[in-house]
Amino acid sequence: MKKQKLVVVGNGMAGIRAVEELLKLAPDLYDVTVFGAEPHPNYNRILLSPVLAGEMTINDIILNPLGWYADNGVRLHVGKTVTKIDRTARKVVADDGTEEDYDRLLLATGSTPFMLPIPGNDLPGVISYRDIKDTDEMIATAATHRHAVVIGGGLLGLEAANGLRLRGMDVTVVHLMPWLMERQLDKAAADMLKTSLEARGLKFLLEKQTEALIRGESGRVCALRFKPAPGDEPGAGLEIPADLVVMAAGIRPNTALAESAKIYCNRGIVVNDTMQTYDPRIYAVGECVAHRGIAYGLVAPLFEQAKVCANHLANFGIARYTGSVTSTKLKVTGIDLFSCGDFMGGQGGKGGTDEILLHDPAGGVYKKLVVKNDTLVGAVLYGDTADGPWYFQLVKDGQNIHEIRDHLMFGQKHVGDVGHAGKTLAATMPDDAQVCGCNGVCKGDIVKAIKSQGLFTLDDVRKHTKASSSCGSCTGLVEQILASTVGGAYTPADTKDKPLCGCTDHSHGKVRQTIRERHLITIPSVMSYMEWKTPNGCSSCRPALNYYLISTWPGEAKDDPQSRFINERAHANIQKDGTYSVVPRMWGGLTTPAELRAIADVAEKYHVPTVKMTGGARVDLLGIRKEDLPKMWADLGRAGMVSGHAYGKSIRTVKTCVGAEHCRFGTQKSMAMGVKLERMLFGMWSPHKVKLAVSGCPRNCAEAGIKDIGVIGVDAGYELYVAGNGGIKTEVAQFLCKVKSDEEVMEYSGAFLQLYREEGFYLERTCHYVARVGLDHVKAAVVDDPVRRKELHERLLFALQDYEDPWQAAVEKPAVRREYEVIRIKEVAEVKS
Amino acid sequence: MSHWIKVCALDEIAPLGSRVVASSQGDIAIFRTADDAVFGLRDKCPHKGGPLSQGIVHGDTVTCPLHGYKIGLKDGVAVAPDKGCARRFEARVEDGMVLLSLPSADPA
Ligand SMILES: Cc1cc2nc3c(=O)[nH]c(=O)nc-3n(C[C@H](O)[C@H](O)[C@H](O)COP(=O)(O)OP(=O)(O)OC[C@H]3O[C@@H](n4cnc5c(N)ncnc54)[C@H](O)[C@@H]3O)c2cc1C
Ligand code: HEM
Ligand code: SF4
Ligand code: SF4
Ligand code: FES
Repeated sequence: MKKQKLVVVGNGMAGIRAVEELLKLAPDLYDVTVFGAEPHPNYNRILLSPVLAGEMTINDIILNPLGWYADNGVRLHVGKTVTKIDRTARKVVADDGTEEDYDRLLLATGSTPFMLPIPGNDLPGVISYRDIKDTDEMIATAATHRHAVVIGGGLLGLEAANGLRLRGMDVTVVHLMPWLMERQLDKAAADMLKTSLEARGLKFLLEKQTEALIRGESGRVCALRFKPAPGDEPGAGLEIPADLVVMAAGIRPNTALAESAKIYCNRGIVVNDTMQTYDPRIYAVGECVAHRGIAYGLVAPLFEQAKVCANHLANFGIARYTGSVTSTKLKVTGIDLFSCGDFMGGQGGKGGTDEILLHDPAGGVYKKLVVKNDTLVGAVLYGDTADGPWYFQLVKDGQNIHEIRDHLMFGQKHVGDVGHAGKTLAATMPDDAQVCGCNGVCKGDIVKAIKSQGLFTLDDVRKHTKASSSCGSCTGLVEQILASTVGGAYTPADTKDKPLCGCTDHSHGKVRQTIRERHLITIPSVMSYMEWKTPNGCSSCRPALNYYLISTWPGEAKDDPQSRFINERAHANIQKDGTYSVVPRMWGGLTTPAELRAIADVAEKYHVPTVKMTGGARVDLLGIRKEDLPKMWADLGRAGMVSGHAYGKSIRTVKTCVGAEHCRFGTQKSMAMGVKLERMLFGMWSPHKVKLAVSGCPRNCAEAGIKDIGVIGVDAGYELYVAGNGGIKTEVAQFLCKVKSDEEVMEYSGAFLQLYREEGFYLERTCHYVARVGLDHVKAAVVDDPVRRKELHERLLFALQDYEDPWQAAVEKPAVRREYEVIRIKEVAEVKS
Repeated sequence: MSHWIKVCALDEIAPLGSRVVASSQGDIAIFRTADDAVFGLRDKCPHKGGPLSQGIVHGDTVTCPLHGYKIGLKDGVAVAPDKGCARRFEARVEDGMVLLSLPSADPA
């Protein structure tokens, strides 16, 4: 088939991102041709600020070098401006006469800086701040001239002013409004910002309107004149010197070309949710676009648009762009400022909102959170922006914050995770500070990768540096570094509809739901029904699918060992040198001299190098060769023991204290209770590991407060706690309810775990699951509704009923045993090569 | 010089599974893909020596069980951003038997 022709007008961030997304989806569908008015390949416009500030060079910020265009078969007309679109003949014409035909056309013409319509606005020395040319001119002027005036105290104006000041100029910012960055900040935060910028030597003139720019003897601009304010003395202080005037008073979507072709524009080029203009062959993305009446001026929304647009250009036709919530971060090194969403709250006159405020002028910290109907709708942070990404995520997800409202202001304490103690502010960390302890990645590595590879999302950073890709405890830090490096271009990962992995666009929730509704029972059927992009998935999605299938359709779906992580396939825990560990099950932690003797015997017989107690109070035999596993299990089996699931996404152990059986304080028989629970849950697979503990009294010697289910004996029965976690981030278990009898403990615990098994996402611990669905949701199903509780409990028992002891199977069934056998060969030629 | 050696029947390796072959060259992992192609790699991950035979096989790649390096079965090369290479041994299926190519024991 002959390829169609796609022509892109605008070689900027939105246009090229759309092309990149398209090439990922349909590399061979189009011949792509790009026109760019600027004489450069696509570069990262937002990093012009660090270039001006002397922190980076132009070369550092190129996103797609010329070689990229060649490698991907994209033809580039660099330095050519398209001046005409002939929609009837379906071709575009550039200023030098170049013509290109199109089947589909993508407009990504960005925006043009707004030049105040005042006398002198065309004098030499009067510029905007938009592209490499402007930046070069500012750098050159700073070397030869003294006085700079920036008109406009918004994000762009302040970054320009800061850069010029760092290059040695005397800089005054003139702003029409009563405070700086009025579109992103409230007055209190803006005043703090102004004070700290003044301390860096910037001057500000607020509520001043410029009347004219005055021409000096050299022909270049030399001064700037203000309109007198009503109370001013005539002629007083109305002029200030200016060798360079930077207009940063706003941008206008660049619609001239579209309008000349009579494509409907209103503020920007009007597009629908598929990024299509009123001419169905013509699409548009980026700052030139008006979507649902909004023209965005930040990178993050443009990237979302680009992705949707590419989906439609590739004829997939399923994506929709529904608008973006944006956040702002000022990229002035050393100043921490963040805002997102609707931060004006009540003052903005929208009503129905509450504000939570923290203001410490001496400490230089200001935080305002705007809450509406139990959701966070906006935030302004100054001085300490560590939780900015978290708040932004809450705003974006519209998550109900009712339960966390009282400590919302104190942040997520993300970075308080173990392993990063004391490192609270990513911005102040030195470059050689280690961020990701798992993969040994330092802050400097991450910043370098973000800048040189043009990364914008957490996933990008994970892919390129491996930071935050293992245990994830440094995720908060990495997000902060990302946010402070790319500024407003940062978008938090979409946690709600995040695809399961690169093999699919569907989320965990969607996959679970489809498996249930469509009654799918094999991995290939899920993959074909849900149009997986890879032939047989990957090491992330296959284990998840296998779990969803066996937990949704117990007895019907067959477990697939090849889709299990090795620990679950071999029923033992792999160690760093490829050997395994065996943890014989001791129900509730109880054992006998005979069992201990059997353990001692196998330890000697198989030369086990290390024997230790685990954190769950079981004996761990470490350093066993895989081949020896079945033999050891056979020996242990003869002594009446089974191995333990001390390795899987499954029931681990039920830890117990000695309780009323022996302890002088005990009120309940915790050992007996623990044994019953562990026996009930034997063989239970779950989204992630599950640990329980039972204590005989509130002294809680079994540490039930950090378990997935903690049972604490009290005089009249038991208190049940759920969703605790002693892992990367310690989470104290939450009180669920009080029950009277052992039977109730079993029923409530079983019901809670079954709910988690049915609704949890793969690799989501109970604490994350409960945080996602809310404790109220859990209580409604497990505590308040006796019928549902019984059903849940019964479904759990049904799923566990014919669980086959995998260790016995490994001993007895040849097909299973093969997993453990090494093939030995005779190395003599049996076949001629 | 190298020669081909019979390892086992194809049926003795699960689809998307693998087996370990002990040889004079060290342990070799034999993988079977969904379309019944077989590949041989030194059973040692280029990262920290993890046993690749214990990983999850998907497409023509295996994910190391220890820290998740993805290693191409065809060339033994780690998928970016990871770096490194596991030694490759040629393997093929003939009459339902898996054959592995090993360098000759005596230098030819
Ligand atoms: C100094 C500075 C700092 C910024 N900082 C941030 C920040 O921290 N965070 C953030 O999110 N955003 C920031 N932005 C905004 C961000 O850069 C823009 O939102 C983004 O670049 C817009 O992308 P675009 O593709 O729509 O437009 P552009 O990147 O402007 O690309 C449009 C391109 O099309 C070309 N073009 C236009 N018309 C034609 C034509 N007829 N023929 C051929 N070519 C044409 C233009 O020359 C231009 O190269 C900053 C902008 C500047 C200037
Ligand atoms: C022109 C010179 C040489 C060429 C082109 C050559 C090429 C090769 C090739 C293609 C292989 C197979 C690699 C594989 O496993 O895929 C090989 C293996 C080998 N070569 Fe050479 N070789 C050369 C010289 C030598 C010399 C001089 C020695 C020893 C003195 C040597 C020792 C070996 C050994 C021991 C192996 C097997 C290595 C192993 O399987 O681990 N080679 N060589
Ligand atoms: S928790 Fe209570 S009953 Fe259990 S050992 Fe401690 S003091 Fe005794
Ligand atoms: S056993 Fe757990 S805590 Fe200890 S090193 Fe391994 S992963 Fe870390
Ligand atoms: S040893 Fe293979 S990933 Fe670390």
